[in-house]
Amino acid sequence: MAEPAETDRKFTINFGPQHPAAHGVLRLVLELDGEVVERVDPHIGLLHRGTEKLIEHKTYLQAMPYFDRLDYVAPMNQEHAFCLAVEKMLDIKVPRRAQFIRVLYSEIGRILSHLLNVTTQAMDVGALTPPLWGFEEREKLMVFYERACGSRLHAAYFRPGGVHQDLPPELIEDIGEWCKTFLPVLKDIEGLLNNNRIFKQRNCDIGVISQQDVLDLGFSGVMVRGSGLSWDIRRAEPYEVYSELEFDIPVGVHGDCYDRYLVRMEEMRQSVHIIEQCIAKMPEGPVMETGGKVAPPRRAEMKQSMEALIHHFKLYTEGFHVPEGEVYAAIEAPKGEFGVYLVADGSNKPYRCKIKAPGFAHLQAMDFMCKGHMLADVSAIIGSLDVVFGEIDR
Amino acid sequence: MSKTRLEQLAERLDGKMGNALTGWQIAHDQLTVEVHLDQILSVLSFLRDDAKCRFTTLVDICGVDFPGRSARFDVVYHLLSMTQNMRIRLKVAVDEDETIPSALPMFPAANWYEREAFDMYGIVFDGHPDLRRLLTDYGFTGHPLRKDFPLSGHVECRYDEEQKRVIYEPVSLPQEFRQFDNLSPWEGANYVREEEAKGEAEDG
Repeated sequence: MAEPAETDRKFTINFGPQHPAAHGVLRLVLELDGEVVERVDPHIGLLHRGTEKLIEHKTYLQAMPYFDRLDYVAPMNQEHAFCLAVEKMLDIKVPRRAQFIRVLYSEIGRILSHLLNVTTQAMDVGALTPPLWGFEEREKLMVFYERACGSRLHAAYFRPGGVHQDLPPELIEDIGEWCKTFLPVLKDIEGLLNNNRIFKQRNCDIGVISQQDVLDLGFSGVMVRGSGLSWDIRRAEPYEVYSELEFDIPVGVHGDCYDRYLVRMEEMRQSVHIIEQCIAKMPEGPVMETGGKVAPPRRAEMKQSMEALIHHFKLYTEGFHVPEGEVYAAIEAPKGEFGVYLVADGSNKPYRCKIKAPGFAHLQAMDFMCKGHMLADVSAIIGSLDVVFGEIDR
Repeated sequence: MSKTRLEQLAERLDGKMGNALTGWQIAHDQLTVEVHLDQILSVLSFLRDDAKCRFTTLVDICGVDFPGRSARFDVVYHLLSMTQNMRIRLKVAVDEDETIPSALPMFPAANWYEREAFDMYGIVFDGHPDLRRLLTDYGFTGHPLRKDFPLSGHVECRYDEEQKRVIYEPVSLPQEFRQFDNLSPWEGANYVREEEAKGEAEDG
């Protein structure tokens, strides 16, 4: 065989780690044939902080804030999975009001995440206005986060046993008000994108995944639903009060980037619907378990009672002990199935805490999804995978 | 309800693949099955292909380190069946010098999970075509999630102004690393002073 001519050479380029379309610190080594992608080798770990190792050296309560730092776009959803795992081990029942608050804030987190993803993906394919409009709404949601727990991002609000503090009634009212104003904004964003010629050209039939591929590649969340499989952990294995709430599970038809965009838009509508139901149905009552296993005593009580003071001190130094065993708890995070596999040895620290991040499985399919696509489609596909490196690198 | 379904599944699995299992238990409404090291692939393929199981989604593979045990590591597989709406957990005990067959031919999703377990624990997956490190730095040595790996690590890196490049140095802590176990807040942690530790090492 003759030597290939000079012009036939494969071209290898480095995409990222400092690339605006990489959505964080992703380094892709792309092998190109002309402009066609032949192989993608994602190099991850640039944001690896050793979260799992650190958690093994912390008490259960101290480990909880690490979960905010995983998917920092929707922090409370991650905390939720860890709290559910600990509660399963300890066999704690969460008060109803706390369950509604958790669902309420999980759905706010979902809207936060989807707004960021949909609009920045639009930016990756050339539209500048959607992120500006979307971030205005995100800002309002961040304020709701702040009013509930005092911090915009690193909430540390869901605790094993409930939530840290009760919501003031004005906050709940304002969230209700916001729901009404958000739907028109969503319609505006859709008006920019749904029938936009450029947006459709860049997304339709790009990154198509069949239902068999979805199963083989271990996908979850929108990546599953975009291909037409109606799988949602909120419906399949209802946790908290999801079984009492009404919501639809939107599914796509073609499994391409455009369908996943449409699914995300519809999920935001459903989230607003869920938030409204939570506000309407939220009962009065405690927001933390009252059995005294994991929750600190009330401050007023501590002023009076020696036992309460001791109990408080013990809880915040030694922490609570979790009986020996193992458990896996999964939630439907905005990006897919976020799971926590917890192995306890009976002490006050987790023996092993494996974090199953949805983006990890999605990103490893980059090679499969990009093969044969053009170079410009790579950024559209990354955008539609909805990756956040906090959770992938851990 | 789901508990009885899990029991049925466990009994079915026990009946069909009995000699591949070392035991199973249901705790917190979750089924854990312990599998022999050399049988893991056949159990995985049974679970995936059997009409009553259809565990087609591989959710996770991870390692757990038990330094005191004869077979040091557990490799834990989490599988999900979307059609049956069930989950199952498989555990395989592997020793440091043993290898475990890769699940990659059956589940393409296993690729990065196995690379991660190799990176973090040094568990070698036999038949994996590309068993490189995944999360740690280029040129990293050691397996950080092993229990004998120190939390502070062995090396730290910084940009050196004189050499104009990033350099790696052994970790130097300005203050001795303190391990808070907090198990008895009344007495404080049981610190071993450096001289004492040396003395003991010489005696023993």
